[in-house]
Amino acid sequence: MGMELWYRLVDLLPFEWAVPGKMLFMKNALLAVLLLAPIFGILGTMVVNRQMAFFSDALGHGAFTGIVIGGLAGFMQPLWSAVIFSIVFSVGISVVHHKTKMSSDTIIGVFSSIAVAAGIFLATAGGKSFARLNSYLAGSILSVTPSEIGVIAIMLVIVILFWFIFFNKLLFASINEVLARSRGVRTFWLETLFSAAIAVLVTVSMSWIGLLVINSFLVLPAAAARNIARSQKQYHMIAVSVSLFSGVSGLIASYYTETASGATIVLIAAVIFFATLFMRRLRA
Amino acid sequence: MNHERNMICVCEEHSGLCCTRIENLGVRIGDVTILRDVNLHVHCGEFTAIIGPNGAGKTTLLKAILGEVKHTGHLRFMRSTGTAKERPVTGYVPQNLNLDPTSPTSVLDLYAVCRSRSPVWLHIPKRVEQRARECLARAEADHLLYKRLGALSGGELQRVLLSLALDPVPELLLLDEPVSGIDQKGLEMFYGLLSDIRRNYDLSIIMVSHDLDLVARHADRLVLLNGTVLDSGTPREVMEGESFRKVFAGMR
Repeated sequence: MGMELWYRLVDLLPFEWAVPGKMLFMKNALLAVLLLAPIFGILGTMVVNRQMAFFSDALGHGAFTGIVIGGLAGFMQPLWSAVIFSIVFSVGISVVHHKTKMSSDTIIGVFSSIAVAAGIFLATAGGKSFARLNSYLAGSILSVTPSEIGVIAIMLVIVILFWFIFFNKLLFASINEVLARSRGVRTFWLETLFSAAIAVLVTVSMSWIGLLVINSFLVLPAAAARNIARSQKQYHMIAVSVSLFSGVSGLIASYYTETASGATIVLIAAVIFFATLFMRRLRA
Repeated sequence: MNHERNMICVCEEHSGLCCTRIENLGVRIGDVTILRDVNLHVHCGEFTAIIGPNGAGKTTLLKAILGEVKHTGHLRFMRSTGTAKERPVTGYVPQNLNLDPTSPTSVLDLYAVCRSRSPVWLHIPKRVEQRARECLARAEADHLLYKRLGALSGGELQRVLLSLALDPVPELLLLDEPVSGIDQKGLEMFYGLLSDIRRNYDLSIIMVSHDLDLVARHADRLVLLNGTVLDSGTPREVMEGESFRKVFAGMR
């Protein structure tokens, strides 16, 4: 079993929790972060390129509503219904945006708050307490199971493949849509696919990273990389490095500070962002 | 050297497009009629400039030719043999890019996403880089290869976009000139390049233009547009015409 090998590897680390047979949740979380961070780093680059930080934030809200609905409908795994709901939600926003002349800002704001309101409304219907959903707000990567780690690994492979095939076209479309279309790029279809990918990522990872900070984990590594990168290759290398570094160090720090891992990760990424911003100013 | 070979084979392969005919073209967006009864005849090898006041529908006309906006009427592309032709190879130079100035996208990145399949986030092969340099050289922009798009001046960006539009060499070149942001020297250089291109390649050029003096010197034909074609002909004919005086009254 792959996990056994992983545990043996981690036990070589000089941490108090890295002892054989103990604290498996911490070791699971570390592997999960190592696989999850590159996904956030990679997809985040395009979120920032396309200036859709607000959009990805709204997708988190849609995912939350999806989880509430899934729970109500009595699914064993509310996650799958949430994934479907947030894909529909993201496509909905894209279509409305295409069909109307309203600014995307307004449309996203409207959809986002409706999603949250509907989620809270449904969750508290019949006098139920909201507290059981708190775990989604702050998130806990320590709860990740080995089979979920398998899901993350599969997501990582899919995202890398997706990036191999579609990245050039996505970037082209983000630079100038008309120019891209004049060269045969089918932009609407591509953009919808990308939104759906973000929707799936945000939904699946919400319980680990936390709804309140997940968007920052998506945006911050890319934003930090943007401060110093001069080409798309550098941009990706730096974003993924920042994401990995803040993910791993945030998780380990959260063990000692006894804080929520998601928030700790994001704070470290924020420090890196401001450091790179400072570097940019120095260079300019 | 490489592009000379290109030029020759282009002329052999598709000396196809002879002219572009725009017949009764109209564009409505919602309740607003932007263009109506536009009739134009663009000959091969000609540099046609479209001029007109703000909101005249100049950019919309380009987008209609590109197939970006729905229109009524006909767009016909004709071969030199007189037969109709499918959509010609079209190069397009947009007014500007949708980029924030901090974007970590280099000129080479832009070339590669446009002309190569290798994912630019991972690796750009040396041969793509070489092709990019040759392509940029056509518009005297090869020294900009590693610059970020956001760090280019208006004139530099326009030359980069022009070189991209010339790869592969199009039969029809559409240009949407930025309203501002290019200094006089840059403008002169750009129009000079266009004249060279028109001489060296077998293509039609349609350009939305804002600089009447330069257009008068370089274009073969002027089209005065304001919702519809008010006048067209040689720069001299159009600029001495009644419509031109009315539209640009007080501007010169």
